[in-house]
Amino acid sequence: MSSRLRNFFIDNAVVILFVVLIAIAIPVSGLPGTFLMQEILTRLGRNTFLVIALLLPIMAGMGLNFGMVLGAMAGQLGLIFITDWNIVGIPGLLLAMIISLPISVFLGWLCGSIMNLAKGREMVTGFILAFFMNGLYMMVVLYAMGSLIPIMNPELLLSRGYGIRNVVGLDGVRQSLDTLIPLKIAGLNIPVFSFLIIAAVSYFIIWFRKTKIGQDMRAAGQDRAVSGAAGIPVEQTRILAIIISTVLAGIGQIIFLQNLGTINTTSSHEQIGMFSIAALLIGGASVTKASIPNVIVGVILFHLLFLVSPMAGKNLIGSGMLGEYFRQFVSYGVIALALVLYEWKRVTQENDSRATLRGGGAPAAKEAKGGAA
Amino acid sequence: MDSAEPILSLKGIGKSFYGNRVLADVSFDVGAGEIIGLVGENGAGKSTLMKILFGMPVISETGGFEGSIFFNGKEARFKTPFDALDAGIGMVHQEFSLIPGFTTTENILLNRESLNSSVLVDIFGPRISTLDRATMESRAKSAIDKLGVTLDPNMLIKEMPVGHKQFTEIARELCRENVKLIVLDEPTAVLTESEAEVLLSTLRLLASEGIAIIFISHRLREVVELCDRVVVLRDGHKIEDFPAKGSSTKQIASLMVGRSMEAQAKIDAASAARSTQSESDARETILSIENLWVDMPGETVRNVNLSVKKGEIFGIGGLAGQGKLGIPNGIMGLSPAGGSVILNGTPVPLNAPRAALERNMAFVSEDRRGVGLLLDEGIDWNIAFTAMQVQNKFLKPILGGLFLWRSDAAMSNLAEEYIKLLEIKCTGPGQRAGNLSGGNQQKVCLAKAFALRPDVLFVSEPTRGIDIGAKHLVLDTLKKYNSEYGTTIVMVSSELEELRSVCDRIAIVYEGRIEGILPHTAPIEDFGILMAGADRDEAPVALVGGN
Repeated sequence: MSSRLRNFFIDNAVVILFVVLIAIAIPVSGLPGTFLMQEILTRLGRNTFLVIALLLPIMAGMGLNFGMVLGAMAGQLGLIFITDWNIVGIPGLLLAMIISLPISVFLGWLCGSIMNLAKGREMVTGFILAFFMNGLYMMVVLYAMGSLIPIMNPELLLSRGYGIRNVVGLDGVRQSLDTLIPLKIAGLNIPVFSFLIIAAVSYFIIWFRKTKIGQDMRAAGQDRAVSGAAGIPVEQTRILAIIISTVLAGIGQIIFLQNLGTINTTSSHEQIGMFSIAALLIGGASVTKASIPNVIVGVILFHLLFLVSPMAGKNLIGSGMLGEYFRQFVSYGVIALALVLYEWKRVTQENDSRATLRGGGAPAAKEAKGGAA
Repeated sequence: MDSAEPILSLKGIGKSFYGNRVLADVSFDVGAGEIIGLVGENGAGKSTLMKILFGMPVISETGGFEGSIFFNGKEARFKTPFDALDAGIGMVHQEFSLIPGFTTTENILLNRESLNSSVLVDIFGPRISTLDRATMESRAKSAIDKLGVTLDPNMLIKEMPVGHKQFTEIARELCRENVKLIVLDEPTAVLTESEAEVLLSTLRLLASEGIAIIFISHRLREVVELCDRVVVLRDGHKIEDFPAKGSSTKQIASLMVGRSMEAQAKIDAASAARSTQSESDARETILSIENLWVDMPGETVRNVNLSVKKGEIFGIGGLAGQGKLGIPNGIMGLSPAGGSVILNGTPVPLNAPRAALERNMAFVSEDRRGVGLLLDEGIDWNIAFTAMQVQNKFLKPILGGLFLWRSDAAMSNLAEEYIKLLEIKCTGPGQRAGNLSGGNQQKVCLAKAFALRPDVLFVSEPTRGIDIGAKHLVLDTLKKYNSEYGTTIVMVSSELEELRSVCDRIAIVYEGRIEGILPHTAPIEDFGILMAGADRDEAPVALVGGN
């Protein structure tokens, strides 16, 4: 029994740690419950889709897809175009998704192919690839747009005549998904349609796991050599996992930004990978195992901490800045913590599984000892 | 068993890798429902033969093979293992190729899953269909039933006992519709005796249904018990092909290890010459090992007890995977180990490589390029490195001993000395170790160990992967070093001949235990029997000093 309890704590160490932190921080922050409820509902609608985009690469054994930033870039390009063409509301968002689709597929294919060259190091590869693609994205947005790529609306452009402004307002599509089906319960606005989309993509993930490709992905994720020997096209399956993840990240970024209502042209995409990954890990996922409940628990916990930590910091130390630092500390720290815990767990399990090979065991049946006669 | 038409017929199969011949003119037939035992020492060519049969890419990449294979009446030249599987040959590997987080059913039907039909298939292809779990389970069950054992189709592989994993592998091969021949490579190596019994009766059951079986095993008792015919390979040649009935393990063992008369006579002469000079049985014990276990992957040691006399050359032999390599790696702290190792009357701490080195033991590893050498450094660095780190040699004090400075001149002199002594072919002491040939690398490894002036020197597979000339030099150097400095040497090798020509006494390791210790003069058949796990029911083999 005690070992089962121990295993429960080991398995859920990260979740438990954050629940405790939040339980302490909420009363200290003094924020009202209704405010927190409303914020969490909004943030669930805003962020969950992006976090779900991380699930398939984990299943395919490629770890946390830091390369999802590529999809976010594609989504932003789509939004910039529809803003320029002044297509508003749901049709605008749909068009933005359609524009992002081929870009996401291409970037996902590129990312997956490169990760196939760096098997076992997918996470750091995705991370660096995101930095590299950021440079290309900047070049497109700050130099090509308005010069090579026609932008009609001068308000989008920098005063020098080319390049997109730092902030792009999305007034035409702002919260048009969230408010499509208005619902107010106990004074709280509930983004019903966004939740429906999240339900649909969750269903897609669950269904996908049951397909033959899903099975192949699980197999390739656990043992590439065995899967390859059984005739599963491992590399192709891995690329597909990344493509789907990138496409979902693009759509997720569009959902995320329509809720915020503005794009920070040069930085909106940058932190989204970090925040999504941190949220998933806080939800109890690991590098090799993640589920939809992990996503939802993670988004709630991560954003609760995000909300209460600045106020808690202000009330405790008299400085709101401390909370800001704490946010950064939390999101990077949890990734480091989860990776360390994962490695520790792996080593423990490996040692446990070899336990029978260690120790003397029974004395040899017929001890044939040496020693000269 | 003389069926009119054999299922598989190998005719004059030969293969050489880069001019090194590993198979020559091997021919035999396998009839339907026949069980063939394929036996031979490590390196006899068994696995190469199977690679050829399965069309492994490594064969065609290295220039193909000679001879021809007839399977099911037609000439077969499989380009990939998948062609062989399609034709109806199944292979059960020594290493489990199962996915640990999948259930029995999922593993048996890996990449051959039953699928539900779906309209999406027309657009996205068959991989978009969902799995039909119910049908999969019943297909898996029918394959398991053929085996005559009970396996839970929904159990995860990682939660299974080892025997069940082996059965799952076999069930996977049986699940193919047209399987006619199954090759099992050491299927009982990881099983307990009772599990092995079940497996053998399962194989008999399969054979009675007309499936031909090639059974590769080092457990000769099982071969005699199970097989219809035994094919013995030695040095790439088929030595014998005879009915298993009426043969004995001893007979098979001597066929496996027996050398040509000429080579035999030479070794015997050499041994005899040596036995006169090393009669000193009364020497004191320098190293005694009790209840040693070592967790070295693939070379697990369970319980080793032995003692080594001061100044002798002690050999440790045995087939691959039985644990002989685990012994030195455990004592030197490179693999997790337990038990007691006593050197000169005081215990050696285990799991601490530095402590082992400080006790004046040295190790020439079988993993030359991984553990043995700093590949990017020069010969001088490599030779001096361990002595500098552990014994503070080749350092000069600066400012009255406040700092220790590396003495390049001393290192260079040392390297020059060993280059001359061991005839290391190189451009000079500064040449990168990675650029040397295998034989010269091995000489550098020996020099590194000699530079420590050890009391006990462990040498693991000293001649693996080096040419004949270098082999002689390495072995002669060991002998010379032993007689000049009185250093105790423990030599681990897969090559029995080599052990017999160098060592005073030779221990044979089988299944992680010492199966027996024989003097080098003992007849080769006795070694063969120990290596194949002497019939444990019979009286223990006469040991020690029997000459």
